[in-house]
Amino acid sequence: MTDFTSLGVKAIRDGVAGGDFTAREVAESFNAAVASAAELNAFIVTTPDHALAAADAADKARADGKDLGAMAGVPIGMKDLFATKGVQTTAASHILEGFIPEYESTVSQNLWNAGAGMLGKLNLDQFAMGSSNETSHFGNVASPWRKEGTNAAMSPGGSSGGSSSAVAARIAPAATGTDTGGSIRQPAAFTGICGIKPTYGRCSRWGVVAFASSLDQAGPMARSVEDCAIMLGAMAGFDAKDATSLKMDVPNWEAALSSDLKGKKVGIPREYRMDGTDDAIMASWEQGKEWLRDAGAEIVDISLPHTKYALPAYYIIAPAEASSNLARYDGVRYGLRDLPDGAGLQDMYAETRAAGFGDEVKRRILIGTYVLSAGFYDAYYNQAQKVRALVSRDFENAWADCDLILAPTTPTASFALGSLNDDPLTMYLNDVFAVPASLAGLPAMSVPAGINPDGLPLGLQLVGKAFDEQSVLDAGLAIQERAGFTVKPEKWW
Amino acid sequence: MSVDKQTVAKIASLARIKMGDEQLEALVPELNNILDWVEQLGEVDVTGVEPMSAVIPNTLRLRDDVVDADPKTGGGKRDDVLANAPAAEHGFFGVPKVIE
Repeated sequence: MTDFTSLGVKAIRDGVAGGDFTAREVAESFNAAVASAAELNAFIVTTPDHALAAADAADKARADGKDLGAMAGVPIGMKDLFATKGVQTTAASHILEGFIPEYESTVSQNLWNAGAGMLGKLNLDQFAMGSSNETSHFGNVASPWRKEGTNAAMSPGGSSGGSSSAVAARIAPAATGTDTGGSIRQPAAFTGICGIKPTYGRCSRWGVVAFASSLDQAGPMARSVEDCAIMLGAMAGFDAKDATSLKMDVPNWEAALSSDLKGKKVGIPREYRMDGTDDAIMASWEQGKEWLRDAGAEIVDISLPHTKYALPAYYIIAPAEASSNLARYDGVRYGLRDLPDGAGLQDMYAETRAAGFGDEVKRRILIGTYVLSAGFYDAYYNQAQKVRALVSRDFENAWADCDLILAPTTPTASFALGSLNDDPLTMYLNDVFAVPASLAGLPAMSVPAGINPDGLPLGLQLVGKAFDEQSVLDAGLAIQERAGFTVKPEKWW
Repeated sequence: MSVDKQTVAKIASLARIKMGDEQLEALVPELNNILDWVEQLGEVDVTGVEPMSAVIPNTLRLRDDVVDADPKTGGGKRDDVLANAPAAEHGFFGVPKVIE
């Protein structure tokens, strides 16, 4: 059997369409890779039959001379936050363990309609709350990368850590992710892959387990900018079932991709030069500027004065929305029920939620409940929403001087699993560069920039104007072409 | 502002999460750390700034005034709705007795 696992989305789609190989061969290859990678713990459940059925459908469509979809014959990983009909959907929680949706999320349905198949449901931080993939009820996910000279299991980032680990390990050519405050970009940076969070509203949230509804946005994770452009095109689109869905045409991002940045101005936000940022990351940022200049862009200094307040505002707004969204897990309609003998309804709620939620989820529900409670709403929640408006206004002002923004994705490279568990705040600080674009709902992408002295990948982040995913992808492509990032994690699993 | 054990117990009860003494005690410093840190938002001058609840200006749409306009979100789905219920009886969600 030829090994197809080194191929990405575009190569698979074009190879299947051109008859170089069959989709079935590809699906079999990835199914086998998934089955042999249990040590990564990237998948919660595997669905080899789903991948094979989609592959057979693609092969048959080709044999019949029919038009093939944009993702025809491409088997992907699905973050276990998307409801998939007939396949367990848990958000990596105990409270949803055994939940088998009767319906399919819009994003996953769009992907199946485009001809993709599913290798399985990917592990994540519980309810997408975490930056290291250590809060899953189904165990930590390990990155395929290791720090040079050690065997310690490294974090694949979070919350889309199953997605990042699987794509970096080449057991999936691409995967879905979701990003509330960096959950696509930070794991992509940690594992040397690409990931884009589109403008808020591009991808329907219908059927995506809700964390913080004003921030949650789905996007693709893959090993190249082209693959992200193709997959984002398949995922996005207006959906009447999501009240915040954008009623706009989806551009053909793939067809318009161009790494020629002549006439583009790229802003460098001075407030992103923060204490505690790795030297190697600062160096990669400088390198990134050179690459974009080489691609024809003009580099300009800009200011985003409220940057330092974005993260604390996020840690009020996101938990507040989460405490409200997660009120639905009550042991009545779906999921876990813990009903001790003789217990009443209120006891059942409290016992079910105590048993069903992990520590980080409980912590955030409590924070959210507190900041929304009588007497504190104005001081915390309202203030945070006003600061959010200022963070967003900073970007609006910056667009007077530039077309997009270049910054690091994270302040450090990946860390060993377990090394940051003592203090939730240190963990939260990992998303300091990612959260501002989330608060403003802007498209943002992480692309691999290089390897640090420890042999771990580093990412660079591009942030664009609302609806301008194209400029973000184009600049991502310019970096990709110049970075020549071809290093692969050595297989140990 | 900071929280004590009694306040954490109150929040946990509002959030309907049962917690023992040990858990409550462990959460007091954790929550206070986080609250101390978010306190810095108080420094920001927000005079005249409207709170932002939606990032993209978007008007709420009305769906067509038709029964089952979208079958996926329409009616007639009782069995689907109950399919994952921990206790579904006679076409209803079952819960412990709430009226004596």
